[in-house]
Amino acid sequence: MIETRCDVAIVGSGAGGGTAARELAPLAAQGRRVVVLEQGARLSDDEFTGREVEMAEALYESGGGFLTEEGTLTLALGRAYGGSTAVYTGTSLIAPARIIERWSVPGLEHADIERRSRKYAGQNNVHLLDPDEINDNNRLFVEGCERSGLCARQFPVNVRGCRGSSLCNLGCPNQAKQGTDRVQLPEAERLGVEVVTRAEVLRVENRALVVRVTEPEPGEKGASGPWPPGEYRLSAGIVVAAGGAIGSPALLLRSGYGRTLPRLGEAFTCHPALILVAEHEREISNDVGHPKSFYCDRASEEGFVLETCMYFPFVTAKSLTGFGADHSRFMRAFTRLQMILVLACDRAVPGNRITVDRGGRPRVHYRFTEEVRGSLAAATRAAARVFFAAGAVRVHAPLADPPLLNRDEAHLLDQRVGPGHFKPGKTSISAAHLMGGCAMGSAPANSVTDAWGRVHGVPWLRVADSSLFPDSLEINPYLTVMALSGRAAEAVLHDAGELLETAAGSSSA
Amino acid sequence: MSDSVLAPVRAPFRALTVTFVPEAKELDEGSWAEVESLVEGMLDHRPRAVRRQVRLLLRALDLFSLLRFGRRLSALEADARHRIVSRLQDSPILILRRGVWGLRTLAFLGIYGRATASREIGYRADRRGWEARRTGRKLS
Repeated sequence: MIETRCDVAIVGSGAGGGTAARELAPLAAQGRRVVVLEQGARLSDDEFTGREVEMAEALYESGGGFLTEEGTLTLALGRAYGGSTAVYTGTSLIAPARIIERWSVPGLEHADIERRSRKYAGQNNVHLLDPDEINDNNRLFVEGCERSGLCARQFPVNVRGCRGSSLCNLGCPNQAKQGTDRVQLPEAERLGVEVVTRAEVLRVENRALVVRVTEPEPGEKGASGPWPPGEYRLSAGIVVAAGGAIGSPALLLRSGYGRTLPRLGEAFTCHPALILVAEHEREISNDVGHPKSFYCDRASEEGFVLETCMYFPFVTAKSLTGFGADHSRFMRAFTRLQMILVLACDRAVPGNRITVDRGGRPRVHYRFTEEVRGSLAAATRAAARVFFAAGAVRVHAPLADPPLLNRDEAHLLDQRVGPGHFKPGKTSISAAHLMGGCAMGSAPANSVTDAWGRVHGVPWLRVADSSLFPDSLEINPYLTVMALSGRAAEAVLHDAGELLETAAGSSSA
Repeated sequence: MSDSVLAPVRAPFRALTVTFVPEAKELDEGSWAEVESLVEGMLDHRPRAVRRQVRLLLRALDLFSLLRFGRRLSALEADARHRIVSRLQDSPILILRRGVWGLRTLAFLGIYGRATASREIGYRADRRGWEARRTGRKLS
């Protein structure tokens, strides 16, 4: 085992870790050693080809096919320099006040989240796209919502020089999306923070991390990381866990913290989502332009959100229920397809949680509550109405039986679509907003950290990512993750003097 | 990483793929090799247990077909295969539904993961975005 040391170690480089790295960069500028450990690879710009299968394998955990233990839900989580910010669509919303109030975390105020979110929105160039950058897939959503009596709002997105490749979810091939991989991490590195890619953190020890660094396999995208392959013991005065809602709780669980933190791994939520597809009579622009420009927020009224989306051939194929000739006909109408993503606003419930197996690998347990099934059915009906109102001739709705609805059957939506048709293991359902597992709160009995990401009873161990959420956010989470990470970093800076002094004292003793 | 998953179960895999995507019956040997290479490439990064399950499931379906109809899956009529898979997909037993879902995911990966198939269905995404659409040209 190779021994090395640093002052601050940050585990993960996504919205949480990347933000923490930038906020803690002043320590590096003062001569402290700040190290970010990222399990994924760092790709060169020309490796972002936009080809579906190869980019999914390069940028996502399990190629984008990470399954829950029940095998009924696919989770999408990025694994690369920049984490999931390398593969999201850049949608950037500020958390609603009602959600932060409902979380009831002592010391966490909505005004603070809002202020920090605005700061990061500015840093990452969040803005509304011009009307001439909006494609038909999005325009039809707006028209359909208006005709259905629903309110469509435009997503602020964090792009700069977007060419409209529509490939955001495969890593922008034009480097237009301003995630932490393009903004916070490069700036942190400029200020002296080290980012070590291909570095998997195996466990946390007392003020230290055990890290395995690997080499790329033959043909794999991404260069070697800066550290030679091998197993390292990295001593650190302060450890910041920012591996996301699966990575952080799993790391702490396999390091034994579950014994003193009974809530570790609990309160996992993920906004389970269905991809709905509709066919128009004429070609529409769908696979060009930003794919996710509008949404319809029905969270507080009906427990769901509708968002525009446009996926790639393989993801589209697996999202459609069934197979055979009907399935093929839909796929062959690709140039005429409109898509809507429907997300259920799930709540933290007992049993939906992260655990680890005997090898320390994360296991996600997730069962769909009656409320989630009901929300998905209501969302499906709403989305189908939007499609038909926008002129679609056929709608594919996974919660309808049979799943294909023709325009002349639109009046039968209430009978044809219902939660009873939700069949786990048959219905393709996925989630990309992974939240909870190291929830904030007031004490170990109800949480893992305080409102500033300090792990209860372990002053040198912090959390700075979406695992802090005590319940779901009901909107796209990235700005809120950055805001919470910014708070956690501020607390680290506040406590750094004392913590690093005691660390130096214990290592010299 | 390790040995081929599909080599010992190639016939039932191809029969199922044609059931999921009927146009696959037109594929030539080179195209099948491309389909199987994509599937193998994905499975290569999955745990050994998953690779074993895929092979086991394909063998079980083939055996079921033999016992129930006296013919292997690849020798069954398309309609009969469709009925078998449909029943399994709607089975009250979760593990059977999951099995079909997994196999269909692999088949779709192999078929629609190919650049040829993308072109055939009209998928035109291009890194140059609007510029490419206006000029009507696509980068290779």
